[in-house]
Amino acid sequence: MLVLIGILIIIAGFVLRFNPLLVIMASALATGLAAGLDIAAIIAAFGKAFNDTRYVSIIWIVLPVIGLLEAYGLQQHARTLIGRMKGATLGRLLTGYLLLRQGMAAVGLTSVAGHAQTVRPLVAPMAEAAAEAANPALTDDQREEVKAQSAATDNIGLFFGEDIFLAIGSILLMKGVLEGYGYQIEPLHFSLWAIPTAIAAFLIHGFRLRRLDRRMAAKTEATA
Amino acid sequence: MITLGFVYVLAGLTFALFAVLGALDRSNPKRFGNAAFWGLLALSMLGGDTLGDFGNGLLVLALVAIAGTGQIGRAPGGDIPADVQAERAAQHGPFLLLVALIIPAVALAGTFLFKWVPGLADPKQATLISLALGVLIALAVGMARLKPPPLLPLQQGRRLLDAVGWAAILPQMLASLGAVFALAGVGEVVGDLIGTAIPQGSLFGAVLAFGLGMALFTMVMGNAFAAFPVMLAAVGMPLLIKQYGGDPAVVAAIGMLAGFCGTLMTPMAANFNLVPAALLELKNPYGVIKAQIGTALPLLAVNIVFIWLFAF
Repeated sequence: MLVLIGILIIIAGFVLRFNPLLVIMASALATGLAAGLDIAAIIAAFGKAFNDTRYVSIIWIVLPVIGLLEAYGLQQHARTLIGRMKGATLGRLLTGYLLLRQGMAAVGLTSVAGHAQTVRPLVAPMAEAAAEAANPALTDDQREEVKAQSAATDNIGLFFGEDIFLAIGSILLMKGVLEGYGYQIEPLHFSLWAIPTAIAAFLIHGFRLRRLDRRMAAKTEATA
Repeated sequence: MITLGFVYVLAGLTFALFAVLGALDRSNPKRFGNAAFWGLLALSMLGGDTLGDFGNGLLVLALVAIAGTGQIGRAPGGDIPADVQAERAAQHGPFLLLVALIIPAVALAGTFLFKWVPGLADPKQATLISLALGVLIALAVGMARLKPPPLLPLQQGRRLLDAVGWAAILPQMLASLGAVFALAGVGEVVGDLIGTAIPQGSLFGAVLAFGLGMALFTMVMGNAFAAFPVMLAAVGMPLLIKQYGGDPAVVAAIGMLAGFCGTLMTPMAANFNLVPAALLELKNPYGVIKAQIGTALPLLAVNIVFIWLFAF
């Protein structure tokens, strides 16, 4: 029971907005001590896990390319492209990206797009330009919402597409855990049962994107 | 054969150059903190396998000490003026888009190539290796045509990373915390608690507890993978599958997706929720989570109903 202290530290730390790195370290130390580990063992366990998960942080190698392209006006070009497309509303643009991201993730291409590779340089500026086309007097808060919704659409497309792919980590995990209980299940069964949720995710998020479109348009009329 | 080691060397060199350029940036009052932070990360990428577990742990403590005491920050200004960017965009626009698409295109092509042609690269890491190759090719093509000052990509990349700041290693830190939680048996304790809190004799009550438990425990751990074995052991296996005879494939597959709804609502899933907020320079660090809740909650309800409908 005492080991749950780490969870309390995490929740309190995030709510009180302490530096998350400090909160994580405090939580790890408290949890380890509560479980009867000594400090050196906790530090070593944390270090081992940190080293084993370095692949999580290699995405930052794309930044020099993004920096170069942005310095030469990639974001402006993405905006210009949207301006030229007739009928490219914010909602349609993000719904199209949602479908693309779900479809690619469903065939196992999860790292092809992402926040650093596609959202910051392309999707977010395009979404902002589409919103601006509908509402030239976009407020800062609306801009924030459009950018946040671009990142959200990427996450939702990824999460509710990837589980349709047979060889993704989560499917292998489910197979392994159920095997431990004596159930032999083909990965294809897990994949198929991910499809209803994938469709529901597309419908729910697509509906919200349509409403976002309408809300922006309504505000345009109000300001006009 | 190309392995993940190649990608770690590339990442290590990139962080090392960011550290050196950061130390030389006199406009940043916290330049030495930044240099130390990215320098340590470079050391982790280049030499992590030789430092030993305790050595890596000390490296993490140093990273936390630097960030936790507010020693890192970004230099003011440095933005390229909007009119200069617009002028360059008018000149180079289509080419820039082409280069931007090289990275995903190479990641895509390499993923298939390395799986079909064995011996070129580690097929298990095909996408990450291809992504790194895509970065190198895009950089070479961009440099050849645009002919920028040689350090411009690194300087601009460093500015972007400084804007993200310590959040850049948050995902890795949370993954490591998960390992300590596993060692301490946190999952079993939570599973027992939830197991005792379920009303007896109600199938829908058990499905509800399983779905909500997956989402809530995923929010705490930041990761549905950590929640799945715990919730399956506490509720899924004894109640849904054994007692009520539910289809294990449905319970597992849709239960995992209920967990993913939790991932959309937690700051603990930093790489999906906090890092993009930093990368897009949002004022509200929780802006992405706020945008996702409206989809996550109805979708969680749908998943719970789906388990109830399809598994029994």
